[in-house]
Amino acid sequence: MSVTAAGTAAVDFGGGLLRRISDALFRKPMWFLALLLAPPLLWLGIVYLGSLFALLLHSFYSIDEFSGFIVYEFTLATYAELFRLSNMDVIIRSVVMAIAVTIACAAMAFPISYYAARYAKGKWKALFYLMIMLPLWSSYLVKVYAWKLILAKEGIISWMAEQTHLTWLLDLILSIPVIGGPSLSISYIGTFLVFCYVWLPFMILPTQAALERVPGNLIEASADLGAEPRQTFSTVIFPLALPGLIAGSIFTFSLTLGDYIIPQIVGTSTYFLGQAVYTLQGTAGNIPLAAAFTVVPIIIMLIYLSIAKRTGAFDAL
Amino acid sequence: MRSDGTRSAPWALKATAIGGLLFLHVPLLIIFVYAFTTEEKSYQFPPPGYTLKWFSVVWERQDIWNAIWLSVKVASIATVIALVLGTCAAAAVSRARFFGRDYISLLFILPIALPGIITGISLRSAFSVMDIPFSTWTIVLGHATFCIVVVYNNALARFRRTSGSMIEASMDLGADGFQTFRHVVLPQIGSALLAGGMLAFALSFDEVIVTTFTAGQQATLPIWMLNELIRPRQRPVTNVVAIFVIAVTFIPILAAYYLTRDGEHTGGAGK
Repeated sequence: MSVTAAGTAAVDFGGGLLRRISDALFRKPMWFLALLLAPPLLWLGIVYLGSLFALLLHSFYSIDEFSGFIVYEFTLATYAELFRLSNMDVIIRSVVMAIAVTIACAAMAFPISYYAARYAKGKWKALFYLMIMLPLWSSYLVKVYAWKLILAKEGIISWMAEQTHLTWLLDLILSIPVIGGPSLSISYIGTFLVFCYVWLPFMILPTQAALERVPGNLIEASADLGAEPRQTFSTVIFPLALPGLIAGSIFTFSLTLGDYIIPQIVGTSTYFLGQAVYTLQGTAGNIPLAAAFTVVPIIIMLIYLSIAKRTGAFDAL
Repeated sequence: MRSDGTRSAPWALKATAIGGLLFLHVPLLIIFVYAFTTEEKSYQFPPPGYTLKWFSVVWERQDIWNAIWLSVKVASIATVIALVLGTCAAAAVSRARFFGRDYISLLFILPIALPGIITGISLRSAFSVMDIPFSTWTIVLGHATFCIVVVYNNALARFRRTSGSMIEASMDLGADGFQTFRHVVLPQIGSALLAGGMLAFALSFDEVIVTTFTAGQQATLPIWMLNELIRPRQRPVTNVVAIFVIAVTFIPILAAYYLTRDGEHTGGAGK
C-alpha cells in the first residue's frame, strides 16, 4: 500500500527530473548497469590496479648500488637478483610454510565443518557458527599477541609441560633441527602454529558452506546403492566438499604468503617473503627489488586462482 | 539401511570438532588473565598476583586515546565509502549477465585474494610516485579498497535471495526507479548492508598490514599495538588495550550475525 501511495504522490508533485532520469535508466538497462558499475570499477581500477601497476613498473627498474637511487631505465636485472641464493631461500621458505599451513588448516577444518554441517542442529548450529565467526573477525594483532603470551619461554605451555612433567617432551620437540629452536616463540613450529590458528576460520567457513550444500538424498542414494559409509564419504561427500576446501585454501595460502607480522613477532630471525618486501622498501629503500619480490606471490596466486576457478571454488566463496 | 544410526556423531568426530573450537577460543581467553597481572616485565604464567591498576593507567594515556580516535575516524569514513561502492557493485553483478562479468567479480575479490602486503606496498609506491603526503586520507584510501569486498559479498548474497519480481511489481504499480529503491529494494537489503557495514568497520578498525604502509608517522590503534609488541614498554597496558579491541570488534560482529540471520526468512524469495 505504502509503495503505491508514495508512487502517486510523486506523480502529483512533479513528474519532473527524477522521474525522467529513472525512466530513462529503466528503458536503457545497459546505461543503468554502467552507472552502477562505474563508481566501484573506477575506485578499484584507479586506486587498486593503478597502484599495482605503479608497483609492477618499479620492478623493471633497478637501484644504483653506490648512490642508492632508483635508476629509471628498463632492465630485467632486478628480477635476476631474485634468483640469488639468499632470495630464493626466502621464497622457498615462504611457499613451504604456506603449503604446510594450508594442509594443516584443511585437516583441522574438515572435522569441525563436517560436524557443524551434518550433525549440529538448531541452537547448536547457531552457536557453532558464531564460535567460528568470532575468532575469524576478532582482532588479528590480539590473536598473534595471545600466542606470544602462550609460546613465551616463561609462558603457559612451558608451565603446563612442567605441571605434567612433560618438559622433556617439549625440549625434545625444540631440539629437532631446523624447525626447533631455543623456545617455541623463536622457532618455525611457533610461526606455523600461529599461522594455523589465525587462518583456520578462513578454511572452516567455505568448507562448511560446501558441506551444507551436499544434498541429503544423494547420501541416502549412495547408501541405497550399496556403498559403505566410508565409500559414501570418499566418493560422494568429499568430492562435493572439495571446492569449499579449495576456496578456503585460497585464503590460507595467500594470507600466509604475504604476512610479515606473524614471523616478525613469533619466529626465528630468518625472513619470509612479506618481511623481505617490508625491509627492502623500508629501511633498505630498494623499491625495485621489493616490487620484484611482490610479483612472486602475485604470480603464484594468479596461477592458484586460475586452477581454483576451474574447480568451481569461486561459487563456494 | 542404517540411516537411523547417522544422526548421532561418532565420538571421535565430536571430540575433534570440540577440540578445534577450544583451539580457536582458549588463546583469546588467556589475554583476559594477563590484563590483571602484576608482572610487568615478562609473560610469566601463572601471574604472580592480580591488580586492576592497568585499567586506570590506560585511561590516562593520551597516546592511546589519540590512536583510538584516529582508528574510529578512518573506519567510519572507509565504511561509508565501501557501503556505497560495494552496493553498486553487488547490484550490477547480481542483476545482469554481461560481458566480462566474471572478471569484474574477480577484480572485486582481488584485494582480499592477494596478500595484503601487495595492496600496501603498491599504494605506498603510488603515493610516492604522485608525491601524496601521508594523511588520514591515505589510510582511508587503503582501507576502503578492501572493505568494498566485505559489503559486496554481503549485499550480493542478499540480492541473490531477493526476487526481481518485487521490483517489477513496484514499477508496474507506478513507482519510479528511485521510489522502488527507497521503498522496495532498500528494506530488503537494509539489514545485509548494515551487517556488511559493521563487518567493514570491524575489519578497518583492526587492519594493520596495509596501514603500516599508508600511515606514515600516524598511529592507528593496531599500529600502536604493533609498536608495543615489537618494543614492549608496559606489557599489561597492551593487554588491557587488547581486551578493549576484542570488545569493540565483537559487538559489531555479533550484531551483524543477528542481522543477517533474520534476513534469511524475508525478502520474498519464494514468491
